[in-house]
Amino acid sequence: MNRKSIAIGIAAVATLLIAAGTSSIARANAADAKPNVTLIKNATILTITHGNIEHGSILIRDGKIAEVGADIKAPEGATVIDASGEYILPGIIDCHSHIAVSGDVNEGSLAVTSMVNIGDVLNSEDPSIYYDLAGGVTVANVLHGSANPIGGQTIVIKLRWGKPSSELPFEGALPGIKFALGENPKWSNYRPPPGYPQRYPNTRMGVEETIRQAFTEAKEYKKQWDEYDRRKAAGEANLIPPRRNLKLEPLVEVLEGKRYIHCHSYRADEILMLMRVSKEFGFKVRTFQHVLEGYKIAEELAAYGVGASTFSDWWAYKMEAYDAIPYNSALMTERGVVVSVNSDDSEEARHLNQEAAKAIKYGGLSENEALKLVTLNPAIQLGIDNRVGSIDVGKDADLVIYNHNPLSVYAVAQKTLIDGTVYFDRDRDIAGRPALETEKKALLEKEKNAREEEKKKSEEKRKADEAKKKAEQDKATPPKNASEGTGGVR
Amino acid sequence: MKLKSAGNAPWIFAAIILIAASLLSQASRLRAEGGEPRYFAITNARIVPVSGPVLESGTVVIANGLIQSVGATASAKIPAEAWVIDGKGLTVYPGLIDAGNDLGITKPEAPAGEARGRGRRRGAAPIPEHISTGPEDRPSTSPWIVASDDLNAADKRIESWRDAGFTTALVLPEEAIIAGQGSLIDLNDERVSQMIVRSHAALRIGLRPETFGFPDSLMGVISYLRQVNDDTAWYDEAAPPYAAHPNGIERPNVDRTEEIMTLILHRKEPVLFPANTLVEIPRAMRLAQEWNLHAVLYGGQQSYEVADLIAAKKYQVIVNLKWPEGPKDPDPEDIPSLRELRFRDRAPGSPAALAKVGVKFAFSSGGLADPKEIQKNVRRATTAGLSSDAALRAFTLDAAEILGVSDRLGSIEPGKIANLVIADGDLFAEKTKVKHVFVDGRHFEIHEVEMPHKPGEKPGESPQESNDDPEVGR
Repeated sequence: MNRKSIAIGIAAVATLLIAAGTSSIARANAADAKPNVTLIKNATILTITHGNIEHGSILIRDGKIAEVGADIKAPEGATVIDASGEYILPGIIDCHSHIAVSGDVNEGSLAVTSMVNIGDVLNSEDPSIYYDLAGGVTVANVLHGSANPIGGQTIVIKLRWGKPSSELPFEGALPGIKFALGENPKWSNYRPPPGYPQRYPNTRMGVEETIRQAFTEAKEYKKQWDEYDRRKAAGEANLIPPRRNLKLEPLVEVLEGKRYIHCHSYRADEILMLMRVSKEFGFKVRTFQHVLEGYKIAEELAAYGVGASTFSDWWAYKMEAYDAIPYNSALMTERGVVVSVNSDDSEEARHLNQEAAKAIKYGGLSENEALKLVTLNPAIQLGIDNRVGSIDVGKDADLVIYNHNPLSVYAVAQKTLIDGTVYFDRDRDIAGRPALETEKKALLEKEKNAREEEKKKSEEKRKADEAKKKAEQDKATPPKNASEGTGGVR
Repeated sequence: MKLKSAGNAPWIFAAIILIAASLLSQASRLRAEGGEPRYFAITNARIVPVSGPVLESGTVVIANGLIQSVGATASAKIPAEAWVIDGKGLTVYPGLIDAGNDLGITKPEAPAGEARGRGRRRGAAPIPEHISTGPEDRPSTSPWIVASDDLNAADKRIESWRDAGFTTALVLPEEAIIAGQGSLIDLNDERVSQMIVRSHAALRIGLRPETFGFPDSLMGVISYLRQVNDDTAWYDEAAPPYAAHPNGIERPNVDRTEEIMTLILHRKEPVLFPANTLVEIPRAMRLAQEWNLHAVLYGGQQSYEVADLIAAKKYQVIVNLKWPEGPKDPDPEDIPSLRELRFRDRAPGSPAALAKVGVKFAFSSGGLADPKEIQKNVRRATTAGLSSDAALRAFTLDAAEILGVSDRLGSIEPGKIANLVIADGDLFAEKTKVKHVFVDGRHFEIHEVEMPHKPGEKPGESPQESNDDPEVGR
C-alpha cells in the first residue's frame, strides 16, 4: 500500500465510522434517542474554571453546553432534570486506563512494539466501561501496558456504553504511544520458560539504549522516504519505494509532533534521562505516568513542560515505588506542573473523585485544585481541554451528577452524561435489575431443560442400542446360517 | 424403489449388471462391468432446483457428470443407456456445500522426543525452532500451503458427510495467522485430483496470538497482518521496475509470503476473516476495508446483533454451525453471565437475522465431529426463524456464490455439475432420510446402519432393506 492509498484507507475508515453510527442503538443500555435540548436545574455546579454556582442550571443543546448560570428557563420541549441538592462535576477523565481492550494490553514479545495499536482492539462490550461510567468517568486514555521501553499506540476514548467500538474514540484527540522505564521493561521476559531466549534489555541502561536506537532508526527511515519523495517529485522513473515500516512510522509521528508520548516511570533518575534523550533527538514527552518520584524533580518537570499523571496514595508494591509519598500531587502542583491523578485500574477508576480528595488532606490543595486533578488537568495533558474538563459554554456536555459534593466519601454518582446523553442513570439501573434477574433465571432454566432433554434422549438411544446389540448376538448364535445369506442382502 | 435400465436392454447386459451389483453390494457406490454408469434419470420426483421454482413432479437427467436436463417427466429425453431411479415420494436437491471444515486434512505429527516439553518445568508448549522477533520473521505464516496438496482422500469422515447429503466441502488448512489456502472439493470417493473443484478457493487467516515471540497479543497479530499487507503492496509495486531494469537497481529481497500474497490478492481469492462476535464483526469489516481485502466473515454467530451493519457494508458471512454451548455438566456454583447466556440462546438466530436483511451467507461445520450434529444445529437455526428455503440456499447456491463457483455448483440447472441429494422428505426435517447422493454424476446409495430383523421377519422385508436392494433389469 503506498501513501496515497493510506490516505484513501483513512478516508474509507472515516466513512465506516460514520456509517456504523446507524446500528446497534437499540442494544444500547443507556443511550436512548439523544435529546436535543436538556436542562439540568437547581444543582451546585462545580465549573472548575469559574467557581461554583449554587442553585445553578446547565442548558445542553446538541450535546454541547449552551448556557451555564443561576437562572435559565427551560426552552419548550426540553428534557428537564431536576438536580435539587445535587452537585454537577465535569465528567472525570482517567489519564491512564486499560479498559475496553480485546486481548492482552501488552505485546510483550519485543522491546519496541510501536507497530501495535490499542485502537485496533477496542472492545465496546467490556463491562468496565459501564462500571467506570457509574463512577463518573466519561473519558479514558487507553494505554498499552508497560512491558516494553517503547510500547504500542494508544487512544483516548469516550465511555459511550452501548455504542460500537468505532464510536468510542474521542474525535480529534491526538493519538499517543506508550513508553515505559524502569523495572517493567527490564524484567519482561527476564525469566522466560526454559529454552527460550531472554529479552534485551535487562538494565535501565539498556532501556535508554533501546529508545535511542529506535529513534535513530526512525530518523533514518524518515530520511529514506524524504529522499524517495524528492527523487519521485523530480520525475525520476523506475524508482523502487522504500518499504513501509509500521514500527517506525509512529516514531516519525512522535518526531513530527503528531503523536503524544505517555511514559510509564517511577524514579527521578530515569525521568530525567528520558527528558535528556528527548531533547537530544528532538521530540517531546507529553506525560509521565505514575511519576512517583516526581516531587523530587518537580521544577525540572515544570521547566520541561510535561504533564505528570500519578496515583494518590499507592506505593511500596515494588522497590522502585518505595519513595512514593501521598504529597506528590500537591508538591508538583505547587511547583507549576500540570498534575492528574489516574487509576491504571478499572476498579480504582470508579472513585477517582475520592482519589483527588486525598490531595486536600495530604498537601493541602484547595477543593478546586483537587478536582482539577481528575477533570481539567488530564484534559490539558491529553490536549482535549478545548472540548472537555470544565463546565463552560461551548464544551461537550460531559457531566456527572453526584448526590453529595464529589470530594465527600458519601458522594455517589447519580447520572453520567456524555455529549448530553445520559449513559448512566443510577435509578434506571436499579429499576432495571429485577428484569435482568428474571431473564437470567429463565435462560438458566431453559438451558437446564435442554440438558435434561438431551440426557433423556441419549439414555433412550443407549437402551435401544443395547437392545439392538443383544438382538444381534442372538441372531449370531447359529453362525453357519450367516454365510448362506441370499444375494443382495448385506 | 426400482432402479432399472431404460429401453430394450439385452438380457445379457442385465445379467452382467445383476452379477456386478450383487458382487459389489457391500460397496456404497454402484459399479457395473465395463465402468460405472454415466447416465442416470431420476423420474417423477419433487425437484427443488434452488435457482428456480419447485417442480412438484419432474425428471432430472444426468449425463457424464453433469446435469443434462431438468423438467417435466413427459418431455424428458432419457438416454437409452440411462439408469432410472423412480423418484416417486422423493425430493431432489442440489448437493449440500459445507463452507469450511477439515475433512481429509491430516494434522502434522508433533515432533517426537523431548522437544514436546511434557514433564518439563511449567509444562510449556513445545519449543519452536524459531522464535519470531518481528514481522520480518513471518510468524505462523504459510500462504503457500494449499489444502488439497496434502488431502487424505481416505478420511472416513468424507463418506459420513456425503451420506448426510454433502457433496462439496471447502477444506481448510489448520488454523494459523496466515494458514494457507482452502480447497473446494467434491466428496466423490475418487483420487484427490478428481475431487478438486478449485484448489485455491479461499485464504484462511487467523487472529490467535503466538504463545511466545511476536506477536503474542491480538493487537500484535493485527499489526502483523497490516505489515504483511503493506509488504505485499510494496512487492507488487517494486517487482516490476526491477524486472524491467535489473541493471543499476539494488536487488529487492525475495519473500515467498509477499509473492504468494500478491497472487492471492490479484485473483481476488476470498479471505476468510475470523469474526464471530458483535465486537469482532465490525472490527473485521473495518480491517478488511482498510486492507482492501475480498473478505468473507468467518464465524458470524453473533450476527443477530449487527446484521444491519453487515448488510450496509455488503459483506458475506460463513456462519459456523458449532453454536456456543455451556458445559454438559456445569458446576452449579459457576453461573455464567447474562451476556454469555444470551449469546448461547440467540446465536442460532443469526442465520435468520442475516436472511431478514438480505445478507448472503453459507454454513460451515468447522468444529463439529459428526454430520448428525450439523443437522441438529441447522434445526436450531430453523427453530429460531430461518426458513427451510433459506437454509437450503445457504447450503447450496449462496455458498457457491460466496466461493465464486455458482457457474458450476449450487443449483439444479443444465450444465452444472451433477451434485444432487435425494431424500424422502424435507431435507432439514428430523425424520427425513437421505436415499441417494450424486457427486460429479456418480451415484452413491446411502446405507443406514442395518437394524436387526424382528424374529420371523425375512431379510428384505424391512422398509430400510428394500431401498438397498435394487431390482435390476426388470
